[in-house]
Amino acid sequence: MSVHKMLKPVVFIFCLLPLMMIMWQAFTNGLGANPAETILDAMGNWAVYFLLITLTVTPLRRLTGWGGIVRLRRMFGLFVFFYASLHLLSYIWFDQYFDWHEIVNDIIKRPFISLGFMTFVLLIPLMLTSNKAMIIRLKANWKRLHQLVYPIAIMATVHFFLMTRADFQQPVIIALILSVLLMYRLVVYFQKKAARL
Amino acid sequence: MSFLIKKPDDIKSSEITSQSVYHERREFIKKMSLATTALIGAGHLSLAEAKAYPELAKSQFSSADKLTSLDDIKSYNNFYEFGTGKVDPAKNAKNFNPKPWSIAVEGEIEKPGVFDLEDFVKPYALEERIYRFRCVEGWSMVIPWVGFPLADMIKQFKPTSKAKYVEFVTLYDKEKMPGQAIRVLPWPYTEGLRIDEAMNPLTLMAVGLYGDELPNQNGAPIRLVVPWKYGFKNIKSIVKIRFTEHEPVSTWHKIGPKEYGFYSNVNPDVDHPRWSQKTERRIGEPFWSPKIQTQMFNGYSEQVAHLYSGMDLKRFF
Ligand code: HEM
Repeated sequence: MSVHKMLKPVVFIFCLLPLMMIMWQAFTNGLGANPAETILDAMGNWAVYFLLITLTVTPLRRLTGWGGIVRLRRMFGLFVFFYASLHLLSYIWFDQYFDWHEIVNDIIKRPFISLGFMTFVLLIPLMLTSNKAMIIRLKANWKRLHQLVYPIAIMATVHFFLMTRADFQQPVIIALILSVLLMYRLVVYFQKKAARL
Repeated sequence: MSFLIKKPDDIKSSEITSQSVYHERREFIKKMSLATTALIGAGHLSLAEAKAYPELAKSQFSSADKLTSLDDIKSYNNFYEFGTGKVDPAKNAKNFNPKPWSIAVEGEIEKPGVFDLEDFVKPYALEERIYRFRCVEGWSMVIPWVGFPLADMIKQFKPTSKAKYVEFVTLYDKEKMPGQAIRVLPWPYTEGLRIDEAMNPLTLMAVGLYGDELPNQNGAPIRLVVPWKYGFKNIKSIVKIRFTEHEPVSTWHKIGPKEYGFYSNVNPDVDHPRWSQKTERRIGEPFWSPKIQTQMFNGYSEQVAHLYSGMDLKRFF
């Protein structure tokens, strides 16, 4: 196989590493004193990291001129959904133990959970339309739909802020990186607008 | 070593081993046992390591719940003075040296003063108290503390009629507590109790756990243990105890008055705004199993419910 063809499978394996790490640690008693919390947090964090990675693809292509990287964007996006699902599953199982009444109560009553829930719900249409058939079918609407990734990224970051108790270092770093990635879009948007005038 | 532990009333002062001699002996015993172990050869650990408090009076207040492992107690800590991650304190408190240590006792009392920790602790009979420990975050442990009732100490200091509350303050020293370099909390950490809460027989000044001295990450050399309140009330590494007329402002209350009340009694019916307090994750139980029900006053209603009779616990949370 050429390097070209190897790229996707290799990156795919790398994207699975965070989960494999957690599983390895689970079997070797490496998740610390409170594995439920370790897993919930790790999956939430990786969902956000993959959001940032996904949003880095376009600027990176412009900066490096390497078009091939765009073929990885869909996979990164699907991994956002993958880790967000595991994050949600950890919450439903380890945190609430399938107590649906409590879960609904949480979603209604607690802003940080409400926001996390909405973020997850918004990810669903993006996941369902991340295939060639849908791109062809939705045409221009596909692009518009997938611009939901911007509010999703902002909401996920706010969710992170709202769950933080005292030490805001991590969500602040996430917010800074996200601002740079969003600023890039704004700049490109205004440049294009100016060029059209 | 049982000769070291006697009830205070049957020890003549000439008999009392001074703390420094005691520690020298302890160090010696430790070294001896290490040397012996080395001689016997690794893998044949026939000698138990010498503990600081090998024989302790048991307490009627001790819980029969399964103890949390020492490893979990030492590796999962909320002690922001040594970092905000749960595993940070175990790493960052390694070089913390809690000796020598002095404690100031001041405010509305007849006998204020600054005391060397050894002199401060000496008058009291240490006992083992196995208590449930419920963190406000929703996890819990069962910890065999070593300590003495705070009431015993308070009586010695003769509070005046104005002493309505007791305030406790943690060491503030960025050199020794690296987490304090970042202002994640308004240092120094401060906590408080109403005087009747402080005098309750359950309230403990702890100087150890699992029969040994307090590990640094658990609040060496001396901390408060109030088992019917959320963990953050159990202030660590105390340098000051002040008797006051007015309600002290505790640190977490200062940064989150809607989330952390002065009382912070364990109460399954009063949610933290961001999560339910109905259940808790008992550390050491399989993570895929259901959490356990949280009990009112963490299961200590019999001893403490009367302190709050007539109070609206939703308002005074
Ligand atoms: C129904 C959906 C969701 C629920 C119920 C939920 C619930 C939670 C809970 C309970 C926590 C831990 C709070 C604590 O430790 O006190 C958390 C943290 C977090 N969540 Fe979510 N979440 C949801 C969706 C999401 C989504 C979609 C993302 C990202 C795309 C996300 C990212 C995070 C992050 C980054 C953290 C912080 C982890 C840390 O402490 O390091 N969550 N979430």
